[in-house]
Amino acid sequence: MTNAGKQRRFPTGDLARVAVFAALIAVLGLPGTLNVFGNVVPITLQTLGVMLAGAILGSWRAALAVVVLLVLVAAGLPLLAGGRGGLAVFTAPSAGFLFGWIPGAAVTGWLVERAGRSPGLVRLLMACLVGGMGVVYLVGIPVQALVTGVSLANAAQLTQVFLPGDLIKVVLAAVVVRGVQRAYPDAVPAVHQERLRAGGR
Amino acid sequence: MNGLLGAYVPGSSPLHRLPAGVKLAGLAVACTVLVLLGSPAALGVAAVVVAGLYALSRVSLAAAWAQVKPVRWFAVALFGMQWLFVDLQGALSTVLRVVLAVALAGLVTLTTRASAMMAALERCLSPARFVGLDPFRVSLLLSLTIRSVPVVAELATRVREAQRARGVERSVRAFAVPLVVGSLRHADALGEALSARGLDD
Repeated sequence: MTNAGKQRRFPTGDLARVAVFAALIAVLGLPGTLNVFGNVVPITLQTLGVMLAGAILGSWRAALAVVVLLVLVAAGLPLLAGGRGGLAVFTAPSAGFLFGWIPGAAVTGWLVERAGRSPGLVRLLMACLVGGMGVVYLVGIPVQALVTGVSLANAAQLTQVFLPGDLIKVVLAAVVVRGVQRAYPDAVPAVHQERLRAGGR
Repeated sequence: MNGLLGAYVPGSSPLHRLPAGVKLAGLAVACTVLVLLGSPAALGVAAVVVAGLYALSRVSLAAAWAQVKPVRWFAVALFGMQWLFVDLQGALSTVLRVVLAVALAGLVTLTTRASAMMAALERCLSPARFVGLDPFRVSLLLSLTIRSVPVVAELATRVREAQRARGVERSVRAFAVPLVVGSLRHADALGEALSARGLDD
């Protein structure tokens, strides 16, 4: 076992989980998006997927899953909600919200990892709120302000429309994660880590 | 959704023949320049340059419009807001900057094969070797993700059908929990299959 230390190996089981969750985030964008007039950031279930990935895969695997998805999007595959893809989404004003998914998923995962073998609903809610909303907004709003040249306050105002939807998604994500982790204990990052250390692959 | 082929338009223009890495770097430089350009006149010149590049690439107008279309309402709202709060000049240059950046990125996507772009982007993922992801694993990860999208989408369809049979179509929880558990099962089976083929050694 070479799990300990900085040069940790990347087990194939983790590779498969990262790939499937990147695909899951893409699929959650399929049911269609709801565009709010006046802003390009569409309301989708994809941010739900980012929170799910964080809470289930743990910090760096979730971040990697988001990176993989964004790389495929940048390569031109239409994997974002509404069949969007290509480099244009990374130069659009909403690009910061996409980049924010990376630390957002990582922070969500980090918070859930620290909750031990059975993260409670409150803990999951907090993790999704801080990671899936707080961190994503923290990256997204300044980038939007920078790209469009409007003030930070104005950019923050533009995102107000998304607050209710995002709050609902935070609650949904926490409830779903709780359900998944009950049905499949290996979906708790801490449990998964323990199993890896105990000698499983 | 235009399939998993992306938005690439086949062609043999100088832009099509340029290596993907060069185009990516050029795009990064161009976007930085756009942020630095202040006056509407300078941005007007940039617009002419972008239009010239599009003409050089010989992609159809429809394909070009498809790249810029997603930001059209945002551009309108931004123009109105900036005109109201700043002035006409500021509004013009802000909107031009956003539209030009999106158009340029779109041009790179239109003239670059997804596979070529992916190869260039794989190199961006090379720092991942510090967590044990060598180049082979990076490309395995990307292709596994592409392969997993239809698998997870198929799973989502089946869960939706089961939901309908149970009469709980409206519950996001009844959709997401089985979908995520199913995806995890699939991922872990996939991981075992991969390590059984010696990918961990």
